Amino acid sequence: MSGFTGTGHLLRLAVRRDRIVGTVWVLGLFVFALSQAASIISLYPTQADLDRLARTAEGIGANPAVVALQGPAYDASTYGGATAWQVVTPGVFLLGLMSMLLVTRHTRQEEETGRAELVSAGVVGRYAWLAAGLLYVLAVNVVLAALTALGYVAMGLPVAGSVTLAVGCGVCGLVFAGVAAVCVQLTEHARAANGMAFAVLGVAFLLRAVGDSASGLSWVAWLSPIGWAERFRPFAGERWVVLVLPVAVLLALLAVVAALVVRRDVGAGVLATRLGPATAPGWLGSPLGLAWRLQRGSLVGWAVGAAVAGLSFGGIAQDMVQFAEQDPETAKALASLGGAGSITDIYLAAVLSWIGMLAAGYAVQATLRLRSEEAELRAEQVLATAVPRAAWAGGHLVVAAVGSAVVLATGGLLAGLAHGLRSGDLGGELPRVLGAALVQLPAVWVMAAVGAALFGLAPRLVVGATWAVLAVVLFVTMFGEPLRLSRLLLDLSPFAHLPRLPAAPFTATPLVWLLAVAAVLSAAGLAAFRRRDLVSSA
Amino acid sequence: MSTAIAISELVKTFGHTRALDGLELEVRTGEVHGFLGPNGAGKTTTIRVLLGLLRGDAGRAELLGGDPWRDAVALHRRLAYVPGDVSLWPALSGGEVIDLLGRLRGGLDRRRRDELLDVFDLDPRKKARTYSKGNRQKVALVAALASDVELLLLDEPTSGLDPLMEARFREVIAAERHSGRTVLLSSHILAEAEALCDRVSIVRAGRTVESGTLAELRHLTRTSIQAELAGPPDGLAGLAGVHELEVEGTRVRCQVDADRLDEVLRHLSAAGVRSLTSQPPTLEELFLRHYQTEEEVAAADGQPAPEGTRS
Repeated sequence: MSGFTGTGHLLRLAVRRDRIVGTVWVLGLFVFALSQAASIISLYPTQADLDRLARTAEGIGANPAVVALQGPAYDASTYGGATAWQVVTPGVFLLGLMSMLLVTRHTRQEEETGRAELVSAGVVGRYAWLAAGLLYVLAVNVVLAALTALGYVAMGLPVAGSVTLAVGCGVCGLVFAGVAAVCVQLTEHARAANGMAFAVLGVAFLLRAVGDSASGLSWVAWLSPIGWAERFRPFAGERWVVLVLPVAVLLALLAVVAALVVRRDVGAGVLATRLGPATAPGWLGSPLGLAWRLQRGSLVGWAVGAAVAGLSFGGIAQDMVQFAEQDPETAKALASLGGAGSITDIYLAAVLSWIGMLAAGYAVQATLRLRSEEAELRAEQVLATAVPRAAWAGGHLVVAAVGSAVVLATGGLLAGLAHGLRSGDLGGELPRVLGAALVQLPAVWVMAAVGAALFGLAPRLVVGATWAVLAVVLFVTMFGEPLRLSRLLLDLSPFAHLPRLPAAPFTATPLVWLLAVAAVLSAAGLAAFRRRDLVSSA
Repeated sequence: MSTAIAISELVKTFGHTRALDGLELEVRTGEVHGFLGPNGAGKTTTIRVLLGLLRGDAGRAELLGGDPWRDAVALHRRLAYVPGDVSLWPALSGGEVIDLLGRLRGGLDRRRRDELLDVFDLDPRKKARTYSKGNRQKVALVAALASDVELLLLDEPTSGLDPLMEARFREVIAAERHSGRTVLLSSHILAEAEALCDRVSIVRAGRTVESGTLAELRHLTRTSIQAELAGPPDGLAGLAGVHELEVEGTRVRCQVDADRLDEVLRHLSAAGVRSLTSQPPTLEELFLRHYQTEEEVAAADGQPAPEGTRS
């Protein structure tokens, strides 16, 4: 029996298991890649439009914040080049994410659940699980690359560039499959392996963001597989020699994996499992302490998201004036966002309202923690102790309320910081922008309170219903005015009633009303929860 | 106070399902009370009503002299609960969970906690997500037993423990009884109830079908007898109180009602007994009789279900 015996069977098992997950990934990324090309073609119908795009996107004229997020444009004056600029960097990031999640799913997760043990007791070689998992991910990437290249060619983009883009992104994405294959050897848990691989992916993204946007540091981008994918330069003088880098690194990672896999037991990791504390810290003894312990990780994640959004959107606020001067369409679009005042202020008001919606997403998620704790029977254990129901629910609601303030403040602070530094008036802009961010808080709390009310009144429906309400509110807030929806509908969104700071003057009355609505809804939810049975998911 | 738990005619419905259908339960202070029944009989629902997590639709439930729904928080200071399906926070370590639950209940005996960790051989530093079902149960058991409470509500607490740990659990509960704590132990592990419980209540389909000491319940059922006789037994089949009779030459196997035992034994010794094995009814047999529907019992006996096995 060779080390690979059974690989074929396991590969078929992986394909069978992933009929849906695999298809969704492939179709989702395929649609992403093609829709970007389609939107470029429809947004820039003439060569003159493309040339104008190229002037703002390439070289020293490019906005560093945009380049940091999206990567450099090598030749935005052709449809292919502009598409590559839009697709490559986020595409490789998503491909890397897909590859690493799929590798973990078909290797460590199978071991963690014990299914691998069942199968490995049969005629299955030592390398078979890993080989099947990696071959499966390779196959998914090949299919996706082939579909994408064919799709681009069918849309009329040059063949050489289409193939280079698809292969370059695919190979660089596969490097993260190799990273994940190493991670699953190290730790016993799929979640931890995903976390480690994701950290590598994040560092790779940051390295290329620094290398692409900071002058004089462009060599840093060469340390990142995502940077390599950009440097294949599809549709802009393709450079196939770059292929050496991902292939060499991938082979090296596979060699490491092969060495690790024979050094560990089935089910075990190379690294010892990290142990937790044997006793609880002093603050972990109240419902609020527990809610904070359970939710702090997710709060950090949302705050980081708000920080990135604030930094990148705030960083380009100053440029809006310039864009508006060059491009009357942009000016019109900005004016339609509403409010009076300067273009920059109108833009800032819009950005802060997006951050407000992000905070609303956090607030809803944090509030719905109540339901998952109840449905999965963990609430039962707390409520069987001397904790009143209102105190237990209140703990999570306090975390949701304070946490959403933190998310808003983080976004506002960094937007103000970035805008203040670029406009040269940090002392003036920072408090103005931060205040404009925090003014959204009552509307955000209303969304959390909707979740709290539904939790008390309709526990079986609360998760779907609350997210649906949030989706409607976000839709109405973002697209209501452009779509000319009726005023009645627009007024349903709590965000519609906020003063549009900093583009409009401050008014306290709507904020007081929103706070009252939030208080009434939360109180109704708590009162109903105190009167009802606990409902588990079973 | 001599009654820790008093439930009468308790009804709880979920939609069209009648989970509790007039349940009766009385647990005396200081006793270990077995709460027995098959899955879905209503044991967990009863305990959830006692904890104020569910509200009964009709009937009366009293816990430690209070109302389990209205006085929940005050009562919970005096009791500890171990759920049947222990669900823990994956990112917390076992030690953190034990301390947390203890503090929320109003305090934890640190020495006792460490002692129990030792007894159950549990590593408190491991994250809850890495614990097996048995280990999660140990976490809840340690948290409950290390609290200074009057009443323990244990819902199938050993269903995930290995035999060694089950034995440890029995020792710990025996010690708890000596120190005067009241225990309601729901179980379908009969040996456990036989070893630990002063009295038991048997529930089926949301109703209490039996309640009493094991001795009281045993008289309702049958002793199984195996005998090797000198000659073929005559007329055994015609005797009242003999069930499931099998005769192979001189070998006899049957079940005998307790009040007919004397008569049957006389009959056997008349034929000359070479060897005789008799076994008292196990709870298993008690159970089997109560899980069978009345029709099944009637079909097995060839006669109507005996009076008095349903209360």
